[in-house]
Amino acid sequence: MSDAVWILGASMTKFGRYPEKDVIDLATEAALSALGDGGVTMQDMDVLAVGNIGESSAMVAQRLQKQIGQTGIPAYNTANACATGATAVRIAYLSILAGEADMALVVGVEKMGKAGLLGAANKARSDRNEFTPSGRYGSIMGVEGILGTGLMPGVFAQAGMEYAHANSGVGFEQFAKVAEKNHSHSTLNPLAQYQKAFSLEEIMRSELIAYPNTLLMCCPTGDGAAGVVLVSDAKLKSLDPDQRRRAVKISASVLTSDPWTESAQVQPDVNTLTRQAADQAYEKAGVGPKDLDLVELHDCFATAELIHYDNLRLCEPGGAGAFIDERGPWRDGTTPVNVSGGLISKGHPLGATGVANLYEVATHLRGEAGDRQIEGAQVGLTHVIGLGSACAIHILERRAA
Amino acid sequence: MAKKLPLVDYLVIDDGEPYLVANTCTHCGARYFDRRNACGKCGQTSFERSSLSSVGSVRAFTIVTRAAKGVPTPYVSAIVDLEGGGVVKANLIDVPPDPDKIVMGMPVRLKTFVAGTDDDGTEAVAFGYAPA
Repeated sequence: MSDAVWILGASMTKFGRYPEKDVIDLATEAALSALGDGGVTMQDMDVLAVGNIGESSAMVAQRLQKQIGQTGIPAYNTANACATGATAVRIAYLSILAGEADMALVVGVEKMGKAGLLGAANKARSDRNEFTPSGRYGSIMGVEGILGTGLMPGVFAQAGMEYAHANSGVGFEQFAKVAEKNHSHSTLNPLAQYQKAFSLEEIMRSELIAYPNTLLMCCPTGDGAAGVVLVSDAKLKSLDPDQRRRAVKISASVLTSDPWTESAQVQPDVNTLTRQAADQAYEKAGVGPKDLDLVELHDCFATAELIHYDNLRLCEPGGAGAFIDERGPWRDGTTPVNVSGGLISKGHPLGATGVANLYEVATHLRGEAGDRQIEGAQVGLTHVIGLGSACAIHILERRAA
Repeated sequence: MAKKLPLVDYLVIDDGEPYLVANTCTHCGARYFDRRNACGKCGQTSFERSSLSSVGSVRAFTIVTRAAKGVPTPYVSAIVDLEGGGVVKANLIDVPPDPDKIVMGMPVRLKTFVAGTDDDGTEAVAFGYAPA
């Protein structure tokens, strides 16, 4: 049994809108780039895992194989909300740990177009309107907008407001500062969907979606793909020095689901499972939050990023407001967060996100991040959360010399 | 008088003042609004219906200004901690959709309203929370 798993190759497409490309086009681009980056081919792969939500019942992994190499290896299709891509990574990781595979290809891909608001939209039930109780709540009509909101901007707004209620020094301005930072960071990332800085005032005055989240505090929908090639410790030792030099160690790979909490049946609890995942990851990797040189966390909304400073223990308990006020998560701060621009500006093609953040951190650890390089980065953390819920955290480390 | 039905089956409107009920696990006390197969907290399968307090306090809110198709805006969505236990999501009513006018932790009380009428004239009775 192998005792370590490494990232050998990594890639992502520019995130954006690709009306002329389908899911397999995007997945192919990411797959071939990741293989090429690792100096390997599809014929070297022992397992394939593909994360996608929009076509999750349509064998995306096998359709990808039919374009790039039908070698008969096990192919897994994963869907786990916004943790979909990271879950695919973890399946490949476990396959290597189990000794079933020496090398694995992982692709996360999504084509959303302009999908609009995601979440619990009301559905028309029939032409004739006759109240009939249905479903697990015996509801007689759609409840969205009557019994509160289940749409993502509002759900994450409430999560942020709950934190603001329980902790001092957090308000509209602190949430807006998160978006100011991520939009600013994205100007250095040529792969980001948007690369435009906005002032704090522009962010606070942009269209309100669900207070305190304004339009510029919400991630866009979009298209894109990312890929990683994983390799076992033993196999890596047999590869060329240049491949070994660029390999990035996966020091922890953790997946959690939401434990029971009283309020979670009405308001998803994105905190508890993130805290549990973070604690497990830090213990497994033998590193602490202070050791992190950069973090890519799940900023689907500005309110989400702020509370995850605390959940990932990047700030003092209850101190997320002070952390952003003091510019701690800016790229020149104490713990740079979302130097890629984050979901808010880099974009969030659902299935791709949990692989793209590994690409981002690995690229910095390799010293290949160009204008946005965090100098001397040795350790980084990636975090995604899929509502429902699934949380994945990976801790990556630069290869020891 | 028009026939009335509760919007959801955990709202009781035919027993005096309207109130909410929960499917409560007889083993661990966890409360649920939905139909249950078993308890998500402890795994046991025995439940009893118990009534919840109609007063509570605002734990979190958001003002929704861009909503799903057909949903009027703006409205205030809130998470309410009920006195004596239970957490519920509903709209805040009788308050302006203005963040400066909504106080976190403010006391609220359950209030019903008609949310719609079907082709037979049956009214859907929903609930929200108004300042107490």
